[in-house]
Amino acid sequence: MDNRWPSRTVSDPKVRQVGFVTPGAAPPARYLSEVPTTAAASSPPSGEPAPPAISISPVMIPPPRHSPSPSAPLAVPNPARRESLQIQVGGYNPPEVLLGSPPLTSPSSRMDDAVSQFSEDPSMSPCDGRSGAAKVASSFPGSSGEMMVMKAGTVGGGSNTPKSSWTTASVAKTRPGIQEKEREAFVGTQNDWAGASKTLKEKTTKAERRALQEAQRAAKAAAKESGAGVKLSAAPGGAVPANTKQGKVVKSPAQKKDGPQVANPSVSSEKKVVDRPPEKDRKKDIPPPRMQFDDIHRVEKAKRRALVYQFEAKNRVELFRHLPQYIHGTQLPDLETKFFQLDPMHPSVYKVGLQYLSGNISGGNARCIAMFLAFREAIRDYSTPPEKALVRDLTAKISSYVSFLIECRPLSISMGNAIRFLKNRIAKLPDTMPESEVKSSLQSDIDRFINEKIVIADKAIIRHAVTKIRDGDVLLTYGSPCVVEMLLVYAHEVGKQFRVVIVDSRPKLEGQVLLHRLVAKGISCTYTHVNAISYIMHEVTRVFLGAASVLSNGTVYSRVGTACVAMVANAFQVPVLICCEAYKFHERVQLDSICSNELGDPDVISKVPGRKDLNHLDNWADTENLQLLNLTYDATPSDFVSMIITDYGMLPPSSVPVIVREYRRENLWI
Amino acid sequence: MWGRSASFLLDKRLRDQHPSLSSPSSSSPDSTMDPNPNPNHGVSAYYQTRAEHHAIVSSDWLAQAQAAVDREGDTALMEGPHASAAVSLSASKHFSVIDEFNYWRKKPDLAEAVAAIMALAAVIRSCEATTMMELEIELKKASDMLKSWDTTSISLSAGCDLFMRYVTRTSAVEYEDFHAAKLRLIERGEKFGEISMKARRTIAMLGQDFVFDGCTILVHGFSRVVLEVLKLAASNRKLFRIFCTEGRPDKTGLRLSKELAALGVPVKLLIDSAVAYAMDEVDMVFVGADGVVESGGIINMMGTYQTALVAHSMNKPVYVAAESYKFARLYPLDQKDLEPALHPIDFGVPIPSGVEVETSARDYTPPQYLTLLFTDLGVLTPSVVSDELIQLYL
Repeated sequence: MDNRWPSRTVSDPKVRQVGFVTPGAAPPARYLSEVPTTAAASSPPSGEPAPPAISISPVMIPPPRHSPSPSAPLAVPNPARRESLQIQVGGYNPPEVLLGSPPLTSPSSRMDDAVSQFSEDPSMSPCDGRSGAAKVASSFPGSSGEMMVMKAGTVGGGSNTPKSSWTTASVAKTRPGIQEKEREAFVGTQNDWAGASKTLKEKTTKAERRALQEAQRAAKAAAKESGAGVKLSAAPGGAVPANTKQGKVVKSPAQKKDGPQVANPSVSSEKKVVDRPPEKDRKKDIPPPRMQFDDIHRVEKAKRRALVYQFEAKNRVELFRHLPQYIHGTQLPDLETKFFQLDPMHPSVYKVGLQYLSGNISGGNARCIAMFLAFREAIRDYSTPPEKALVRDLTAKISSYVSFLIECRPLSISMGNAIRFLKNRIAKLPDTMPESEVKSSLQSDIDRFINEKIVIADKAIIRHAVTKIRDGDVLLTYGSPCVVEMLLVYAHEVGKQFRVVIVDSRPKLEGQVLLHRLVAKGISCTYTHVNAISYIMHEVTRVFLGAASVLSNGTVYSRVGTACVAMVANAFQVPVLICCEAYKFHERVQLDSICSNELGDPDVISKVPGRKDLNHLDNWADTENLQLLNLTYDATPSDFVSMIITDYGMLPPSSVPVIVREYRRENLWI
Repeated sequence: MWGRSASFLLDKRLRDQHPSLSSPSSSSPDSTMDPNPNPNHGVSAYYQTRAEHHAIVSSDWLAQAQAAVDREGDTALMEGPHASAAVSLSASKHFSVIDEFNYWRKKPDLAEAVAAIMALAAVIRSCEATTMMELEIELKKASDMLKSWDTTSISLSAGCDLFMRYVTRTSAVEYEDFHAAKLRLIERGEKFGEISMKARRTIAMLGQDFVFDGCTILVHGFSRVVLEVLKLAASNRKLFRIFCTEGRPDKTGLRLSKELAALGVPVKLLIDSAVAYAMDEVDMVFVGADGVVESGGIINMMGTYQTALVAHSMNKPVYVAAESYKFARLYPLDQKDLEPALHPIDFGVPIPSGVEVETSARDYTPPQYLTLLFTDLGVLTPSVVSDELIQLYL
């Protein structure tokens, strides 16, 4: 599949040109329309060559299907993309094809007409395009759904996908539903057509050449001719022309989105070729946005890269579609069997990954340390392959390990910071250093990070925090933060008289572990669940909490439920103290728990252990109007936080950015 | 309002078992907080000094002053061995930080922290150490001694810490010659003292902009910085009116009103409990600070917290005038989270036996009730205090 890329680079300028030529004014509108119905909107750009400057925004949905053909002349260079466009069409727009515009059903044959038709379309119904598309999609859910089901079925492994696609399809009156469908379709189609697309590739190159030649001729003539070319190239595909097209659809939309038309509508069409490079550069400058899992195209891309087959989660909760859905139950055995196929994976990294997956290692510090120890082993066993630079190869290696770990469980912010540190260290290595020295220096860097940023930092935190515990205090903690546990044990050892209230919550019940350890130390404890928080709070004098991260607006990102505890404490005028190592600070600003979070297994909240009679949610996945949400983190606003205790001392939450600013460099360099 | 939960009983039982363990809610009579106002015990020297400077003589003032002197004598005696050990090298000259400090402290216009800074600068000058390390150790000991002389004074310890930071930060290692390095340190020390002395002037310049014609200002406590601000504003022909709280038990308001009346500013005296009553007419509240803590809150004379609370609830701005040498690396979480600074209260009548008196001399005002801080570093929001402290200390 990688072969697609080269062809793309060649052809892209031309594709862009098409996009530019016509819609001078169009872009903004398209941009708008793009958001809701990504698939539909993203395809148009290429498809709008002819329509003169009419803003095609909402109407875009029908056009995409036709558009590929008109634009084909230019697109010929990379048929892969073109095809992929159509696949979308095929995937969830087929109904539309059948119903809306029968004549166009076979795009390749229609190409010539398409241009003219296309240009008319937008002007005719500029506004209702979107809704129209939705209607179309929803009115033929059956057919599309079935198609998908079949495909998914053939792909294998995804026995539940068909079902879900069905259900969504039937509900598809809403946009989310459509998207769902799309996604489903992709899963199916992508795998299915991988083979087909390969066969195409050879042809594409030929077609490309030809297209190039043609493109150099007059624009109009070229358009028509190349359109024919597309036909030719596509036709050889044989019985599967539609399919092959579908196979490649996936990539194109994403590319288009980034494309210049959206980014800088003002760029003139003549700049076709020249345009391209700056565009690329700019893309590099901008940090890639975080993965949005409701962006089908990116998901598709990610999936192709994935080592493990990934299922689609069922019944996603509306606000949290953009997050990686919980998939682990199915993944574990799959990963285990993959062990011998994943040759580049170091066994220790692999082990840690599986431990993340199974939940044996949890907690920010523990995960971070485990990851670093695994990396250290991997570095120890590393040797630079011939004809490669160590710095680059090792960085790539680490990146591949990290992406493997991400597949097992999304990275925590602390791990992200730690990885940043390691990569920075690698990048800063002098070229002349011999390999053995490099390896030992990196290993000692890792040791130092663990030691200074975690172990000693914890000790410093404890030293600071213990000054805030007075005799007779009642301390409340939530969950099982490891620093707080160390703090309580230490305070007990130095002879402070205090009592601990441990607040816990389903489904993890981590507090019980803490309770067990503290009681064993002889500390007097009270154990309760978060439901009783307002009852227990009035007797509490200090609340000590841990954090997964502290963001630069002072927001504390921590185990779900922390915000609730902090809020109640604030209402009772009880000071809330957050214990968090400074390496977990992050410069990001987050206002809610929605935009970035991690989803847990929804099944665990549907079951009540020890209560067989409470089985009302047993088949919740089949109930289409029921979604379960098991969040892992939440964001506590800084208003509820009295103090953040870090290795640098006790700070108000408003000082987090100061620490981030002053110590960011030091953190990277140590 | 909140019914006691069963675990409170548990608390009680625990407390019965360990008499030393006391419930946090009931202010516990422990060794540091004596229920009876005993002038000889646990009195805050800082507030004694302030009272002395403010020249308010209460009935038992002489006795207190006597007691304070005794105490100083005690501490000096107590620290005698310390001092001889610490300043062994300078023992021959009989130089003592405390003496030096007391000399500066007697000057009524000099803040305690500045006195400490001057005393420490003198330590460097008279020091006979021959290496940088020795000098630093000696300086450290002197500053520790000063700090232990009065543990309740925040500005004293903050001033000492800051001086140490300021002087030793550029660890004069770059000078090979010890004498050059020492001279450099002395220079820095004196410069710091100078800056601190000028601080009040700077603050007055910054703060007077906030006084506008026709405004009414409520002032709580007697602060030389606040007075300086008001003086400058008055000399700039601004027309404003001052409400002065009485400021029991030191009657600080009387002194302030006297000074202001001399400037021709209309002043009205309020009893401390009339703050809420008068807040309607007030446009802004000015207070000084004994210490500015890391959260951006302030520690100041008793009553500041309630004044700030009332002002906050009526949406009146609360301005704090404080020199930057009062910035302390402290982070109190609540009122009880401070070293108690006790100050005897004269009620004019004998207190019935068995009645407790709250003798704490100061309270802590959290940052959310403060609007701005006028400091010699500029006009800051409370959250910048921590920024400055981090840059200074880390």
